Amino acid sequence: MGLKQNLHNLREKYKGTKMAPAFNALHTFLYTPNYTAQGGTHIKVADDLKRTMNTVIMALIPCLIFGMFNAGYQHYLAVGEIQAVTNGFFSSEFWNLQNFILGFWKILPLVIISYGVGLGIEFLFAVIKGHEVEEGYLVTGMLVPLIVPIDIPWWMLIVAVAFGVVIGKEVFGGTGMNILNPALTIRAFLFFAYPTWMSGDKVWVHGAVERTKEIANGSTADAISGETILGSLAQSHPVDYSVMDMFYGFIPGSVGETSTLLILLGGLFLIFTKIGSWRIMVSAVLGALVMGYIFNVVVDAGWITETSKFYGLMSTEFWHHLIIGGMAFGIVYMATDPVTGSQTNKGKWIYGFLIGFISIMIRVFNPAYPEGVMLAILLMNVFAPTIDHYVVQGNVKKRLKRGKLKTA
Amino acid sequence: MRLLSKKDSKLIMDPLADNNPITIQVLGICSALAITAQLKPSIVMAVSVIFVMGAGNVVISLMRNIIPSKIRIIVQLVVVATLVIIVDQVLKAYAYSLSKELSVFIGLIITNCIIMGRFEAFALANGPWRSFLDGIGNALGYGVILIIVGFFRELLGSGTLFGFKVLGDSVEKTGLYAIGYENNGFMVLPPMALIVVGIIIWVQRSRNKELIED
Repeated sequence: MGLKQNLHNLREKYKGTKMAPAFNALHTFLYTPNYTAQGGTHIKVADDLKRTMNTVIMALIPCLIFGMFNAGYQHYLAVGEIQAVTNGFFSSEFWNLQNFILGFWKILPLVIISYGVGLGIEFLFAVIKGHEVEEGYLVTGMLVPLIVPIDIPWWMLIVAVAFGVVIGKEVFGGTGMNILNPALTIRAFLFFAYPTWMSGDKVWVHGAVERTKEIANGSTADAISGETILGSLAQSHPVDYSVMDMFYGFIPGSVGETSTLLILLGGLFLIFTKIGSWRIMVSAVLGALVMGYIFNVVVDAGWITETSKFYGLMSTEFWHHLIIGGMAFGIVYMATDPVTGSQTNKGKWIYGFLIGFISIMIRVFNPAYPEGVMLAILLMNVFAPTIDHYVVQGNVKKRLKRGKLKTA
Repeated sequence: MRLLSKKDSKLIMDPLADNNPITIQVLGICSALAITAQLKPSIVMAVSVIFVMGAGNVVISLMRNIIPSKIRIIVQLVVVATLVIIVDQVLKAYAYSLSKELSVFIGLIITNCIIMGRFEAFALANGPWRSFLDGIGNALGYGVILIIVGFFRELLGSGTLFGFKVLGDSVEKTGLYAIGYENNGFMVLPPMALIVVGIIIWVQRSRNKELIED
């Protein structure tokens, strides 16, 4: 008797009891059910919620793998054990086992914590409230480890995931009812609760925090500094990464957000499978470019001089904004969340455009919040229903008018 | 012999639980967000409101038959403003640093919706003794929530209670901080007060299903 039959038996045994949803979820997640619906007419579709979620996870896997390599690469580069990449995307300095092993052992716990705590709470709520476990957390659980700094203390992640799932999702009624993107709620919580672990030049490269402590205790080793490009720009420090480095993702940053190339591939995959909305992605990119370009024009016109604290970020070439920081990751995987984004096609254009536009604005004008894209998406999540409302009302008005013309 | 009749004690007990001005009527939220980052100002605020509401309800109740109904809001405002200025002056005289910390929010007790609400809904129609109890009861209900929120925000946000470092020293890394614990900076920001109040509302309503509105 296989595991499937065992699970099925367990499920039958607990049918109608409080624990039923937990066993149901486990069984249907791992296997197809043992029975099919009888009678009536049924429409067979391939892409249920579970399939949708799995597609997004597939699009995220390259970012995760790349993040593991990058974690090791950034660490060994900072301690001086390896040289910087020289050979384009497939450099052997980057793609070697040593890098991967370090990254794997640092990132695996983050993934386990994210899924363990998040799914635990989902199961708990399903059992208490007596509904089926929904698949909503599958994507969130994968997103969370990708958008936090690698050295984040585990207990902080546990607290943040618990907060994000309960306050961001369950209080509104669970999957599909939440106003804010749960993964971003978790990140925003971390960002405001423990700012020293979410910004600055010490958290993005593994080992930098420990090295700082050692130096404070009298060690003579060199300090490890892993400032993100946004951080350097905000303080008008020179940036010594090439544009291709930024595009390939050989830069410090949150675990999975650095490689614009892989995010682009993931985005194309989501568009091809019709899971992610291309309207939101395109309009968000447009919005970011427009805002970036406006800043460039302001600098070119000489209204902002080099003494201004905004000069560093404002003078950044406008399209560079897309390949540094979490901009690309946010646009592709977070802004397109079908639950919290706009639902109407026209609304998606407005929603996406404003996300891009506001991200760059926050990024430039408030260097304390380098990740403008997180705040911009959360802000627009709140406005998405309003946008939809006006789009729908506009359409109603237009059609009423057309009706009147005909009858007149 | 009972100190209060059953009806009178209901005036005090109801606002503490099933008719709480903050969690059930959702009034007075603004000050609950603003001054609850620490426990001490929360308590001072609670005591101030208890004084203003108790005394204000009595005064309005005594005057209820001579206030022309057209200008009653103005009369009520004058009464609250007078009482609030007394509180403000007392604080300035005897607790200057606290008064600085609470700054404008003592003055803003004037606009606290709970106070005007009780004047309108209760003191204008009831005798002074019952109005007094009602005022004290509602102010206590308000104060209890303020103190609960203040307790959690100060403990988790600053690691202190009344300024005492109950969790250890965050700079010297003693106590809990030695094993890597850190203060939650989000707790000090006003949005967290809203979330803590929300959690209190959640707990209260799941204990007493009758409170759940549709």
